[in-house]
Amino acid sequence: MEGSAAMAEAAVRAGCRFYAGYPITPSTEILEYMSTRMPQVGGVCMNAESEIEAIGMVWGAAGCGVRAMTASTGQGISLMQESFAELANAQIPVVTVNMCRGQGDYFQSTRGGGHGDYRFIVLAPSSAQEAADLAQLAFDLADKWRNPVMIMGDFLLSHTSEIVEFHETVAQRSADKSWAITGARGRRGITLSPLGPSEKLSTDIATTLAHAIDKHAAIKAEEVRVDTGYLDDAELVVVAFGFPGRFVKYAVMLARERGLRVGYVRPITLWPFPTQAVAAAAERAQAVAVFELNAGQMIEDVQLAVLGRAPVHAIGGISHDHSGFGVGPLLNVEYILKRIEEVYPKKGSRVQGNLGL
Amino acid sequence: MQKVFEKPDLLLKTEHSLCPGCGEPVALRIILELIQELGLRDRTICVAGIGCYTAFPMIMDVDVMQALHGRAPSVATGVKRVRPDAFVFTMQGDGDMISEGLQEVIHSAARGEKFTAIVFNNAVFGETGGHMTAATVLGQHTKTTVGGRDRERHGNPIKISELLAQLDGAAYVARAAVHTPSGIKLTKQYLHDAFRAQLEGKGFSLVEILTMCPTDWFVTPDQGPAFLEEKLKPIYPLGVIKSL
Repeated sequence: MEGSAAMAEAAVRAGCRFYAGYPITPSTEILEYMSTRMPQVGGVCMNAESEIEAIGMVWGAAGCGVRAMTASTGQGISLMQESFAELANAQIPVVTVNMCRGQGDYFQSTRGGGHGDYRFIVLAPSSAQEAADLAQLAFDLADKWRNPVMIMGDFLLSHTSEIVEFHETVAQRSADKSWAITGARGRRGITLSPLGPSEKLSTDIATTLAHAIDKHAAIKAEEVRVDTGYLDDAELVVVAFGFPGRFVKYAVMLARERGLRVGYVRPITLWPFPTQAVAAAAERAQAVAVFELNAGQMIEDVQLAVLGRAPVHAIGGISHDHSGFGVGPLLNVEYILKRIEEVYPKKGSRVQGNLGL
Repeated sequence: MQKVFEKPDLLLKTEHSLCPGCGEPVALRIILELIQELGLRDRTICVAGIGCYTAFPMIMDVDVMQALHGRAPSVATGVKRVRPDAFVFTMQGDGDMISEGLQEVIHSAARGEKFTAIVFNNAVFGETGGHMTAATVLGQHTKTTVGGRDRERHGNPIKISELLAQLDGAAYVARAAVHTPSGIKLTKQYLHDAFRAQLEGKGFSLVEILTMCPTDWFVTPDQGPAFLEEKLKPIYPLGVIKSL
């Protein structure tokens, strides 16, 4: 099945019972799938009138303790930023899919465009199977941390059909939802709010916000996920994420066949970023290369991880086909291989302390 | 001595942080009285917007979900769809519902979402300190319509109740005011009928409550009711606009 359908089905199997979305390429297939699938499991799918309304509806459902999800594309995700920031502050667990055009929305996904101190956990699958697995994981992580989780995909992930096997998740539906709005039967009423504490007559806003943000350090410590390969003797380490990360793995394999000692690091969590894995790889290597289909976004996280241990080269770039939806001509194994060969360190070329900026 | 009046139990404090002469605390008291009288407390979920009344959730002994400015109808949609047995109402001001969130309330009404939308209309942005909203009446002085709202320069006010009543999903729409004792009584009646429309699953219900804002009308608290009567009521006539 297509990556979109795989994520939607995985979400349903993870207990998602509310979906609201607004159609936009290449995320529309998730909405289409949910509109049929949700009623079959007693859930709700809303064809919202705007992205702003979609995330508002998801807010309401998730605030009631129901696993809820929306999906869009960078453009539509832009419209949701106000709610994203406040959902994080209100500690409401929602899952969002950002099915990007190209990879130009790395900053949008990992930094966000909303206000204030907040973070989304961001997962970047490279196949339909991984998309299904991560979609299920996303709901567990959202509940575990009471924090929104975003899955960053792209046109190829959305539309490529692959065989998918669904795994049962363990943590689903067991999460503590005692914070949820249910009606105040048997207890004092509570308020679920980004503006302050849930207890009535309390005004300790600073502590509430600090608590919502304190967990960032714990998430960084516990939730990093990364896929690496051929690093033991690598002279050059290529960092890439998402579906293009899969092309890079293949290009690295071909480079090995040509005798080049190349390894790869594929961040699965874009936030928290696998800083340690990149740093360790850079420690051993002569150079680091970053392949991403944008003007250079993740490379900043790579540079922060490498911290001058090795030069960091950008080998991707802005890449669009005529539709503007896809990933464009640069996503080509031969091209990636050529770029790897171009930046592959010449003997004795390493310059200590070069920040590579 | 016989006690003839007391605050509803659902009101946790009788003090509020709003200005003297404000109409919103009166409206809140009626809402909570009604929820208590109808025995709805345990299944009530309020979705609150952003405005002066954002101070209310902390003194209301019911569950409240705090929404962003303009977004309460969408959030309430999500709430009611996953908890169809809950009694759901929104609290928004005219700036929140009619300016920032007009699209959301229109679509919610058109879909016939089974919650009750309550809008406190004082024809001004109260919390920001007296600026024009989409409900500010022609001639009204605000800090952004110095000299009075002018049709050519600032456009015309939106009559939200009349606008929403024409939508097929709207089951009950009424406009009330809390500037007189009889008005307060009628407000409670309209709220009651709107709540019933929700509980009977008839569709979307809306009660627009005209409230006094003497601070941002630039009058003294005791002049608020007369201002409402003379300036707002002719533009926003009271009464039931739609009842299916």
